[in-house]
Amino acid sequence: MAKIIVVTSGKGGVGKTTSSAAIGTGLALKGYKTAIIDFDIGLRNLDLIMGCERRVVYDFVNVINGEANLNQALIKDKRVDKLFILPASQTRDKDALTRDGVERVLNEMKESFDYIICDSPAGIEAGAMMALYFADEAIVATNPEVSSVRDSDRILGILQSKSKRAEQGLEPVKEHLLLTRYNPERVANGEMLSVEDVQDILAIDLLGVIPESKAVLNASNSGQPVVLDSESDAGQAYNDAINRLLGEIVDFRFLNVEKKGLLKRIFGG
Amino acid sequence: MSEQTFELKGNLFTLSVLHLFSVDIIQLRKDLDEKISQAPKFFIGAPIVINLAKLQDSNVDFAVLKQTLVDLQLNPVGVCNGTESQNGDAKKAKLSVLNYSKDSAKPAPSSSTNAEVVEVEKEVYLPPQIVQATVRSGQQIYAKNRDLIVLGAVSHGAEVIADGNIHIYGTLRGRAIAGAQGYEEAAIYCQRLEAELVSINGSYWISDSLQGELWGQAAQVKQKNDSLEITALVKG
Repeated sequence: MAKIIVVTSGKGGVGKTTSSAAIGTGLALKGYKTAIIDFDIGLRNLDLIMGCERRVVYDFVNVINGEANLNQALIKDKRVDKLFILPASQTRDKDALTRDGVERVLNEMKESFDYIICDSPAGIEAGAMMALYFADEAIVATNPEVSSVRDSDRILGILQSKSKRAEQGLEPVKEHLLLTRYNPERVANGEMLSVEDVQDILAIDLLGVIPESKAVLNASNSGQPVVLDSESDAGQAYNDAINRLLGEIVDFRFLNVEKKGLLKRIFGG
Repeated sequence: MSEQTFELKGNLFTLSVLHLFSVDIIQLRKDLDEKISQAPKFFIGAPIVINLAKLQDSNVDFAVLKQTLVDLQLNPVGVCNGTESQNGDAKKAKLSVLNYSKDSAKPAPSSSTNAEVVEVEKEVYLPPQIVQATVRSGQQIYAKNRDLIVLGAVSHGAEVIADGNIHIYGTLRGRAIAGAQGYEEAAIYCQRLEAELVSINGSYWISDSLQGELWGQAAQVKQKNDSLEITALVKG
């Protein structure tokens, strides 16, 4: 039976889709059969980040409406074995998702997958609620700035009251904090909240800290999940986060300002 | 069929009962006058029944008693729980003898002339409402008629309300409203005060007014002279 993990944030542009792609890909690299579902109906992005936009035939809404079966809509990743993408529909809107339909598709997928990553749209409207409703665990992507932290706090409140687990009085959704676009230099200058500041407010387990990195932008533009770039700081930070998600204890990296060595000073960083 | 001029029917009425403990009518008049002066409107013309249970078989001058009550603008209508001779005397003074037996066994109210119904409010302990976790942005908690205890923090954009006191064991960053239905003794206690708004019994301060020396400290907020007073929570 698959574990359903929602990647959510409330606020837009904090890195939900990038994180969904990286974490889903990373889990598949470790041998778990993983599917990433794009819940952002109408603003389809995941396929771009995953580099499979030209292979989309059927989408999530087609499956819900019975116009295609799951195997027709799931796109198998060409780079990583055991990785699948279920794209969103670009032509429909978020009302196309019904709770019964989503539940039916998730139940079918749960039989054969180990992990199902739900990439949530921004906001707290129907689409975001649908993405988090069936979740077993939640990864709350947050940028180190006050508005993002407040929106994450709001989403945490919704997870605790509006998710299926909350409504049915089951064990609560397991919450993880993923701090993205972290820039230690700006934190040191007081332009950004520190890890401690954010944790103080949100008070949930820290899954990972992803440094602000050119590698993320490059990865998005080229349709390569950043975790595949194992040389990059962001790729390594995502890999650490995935190991923590799987229960390992991993020290946090990239939290402090990197002291430039002599060579770097001479030749530039 | 001719029209009826009357119809007789039985009915129950609530009457004030004067429990007499003494036949000293002069003293009674004095005490009763004092009592009536507290709420004259309530007593004017009030029909009243005289309960004789506590007088055993003392002789009562019902004519004088009746006149005394009339002078005090009461309307004596009858007696109850009298002995046979007392009932006879009462009848001569044109007072009805009412059957009223059940209550005689119960102790009469302690105040001698208390004919009013005394409502005793039963004290009920309402346990506080306890929130085990952090109250998140957008959530609202209302502890009706009781205290509220939050074991976590209260986030920005969250609101906690209680008719009693509010205790927050984490940081108060959102809004806290204590004594919501009007209770001037209410207080807000928190481990760290960084509130958007605190309010007690209608007096409120917003974040701007809270930026004093206790900002970010353990503090209690109380109402004082229609304003608020913030003091440090002393660490033991």
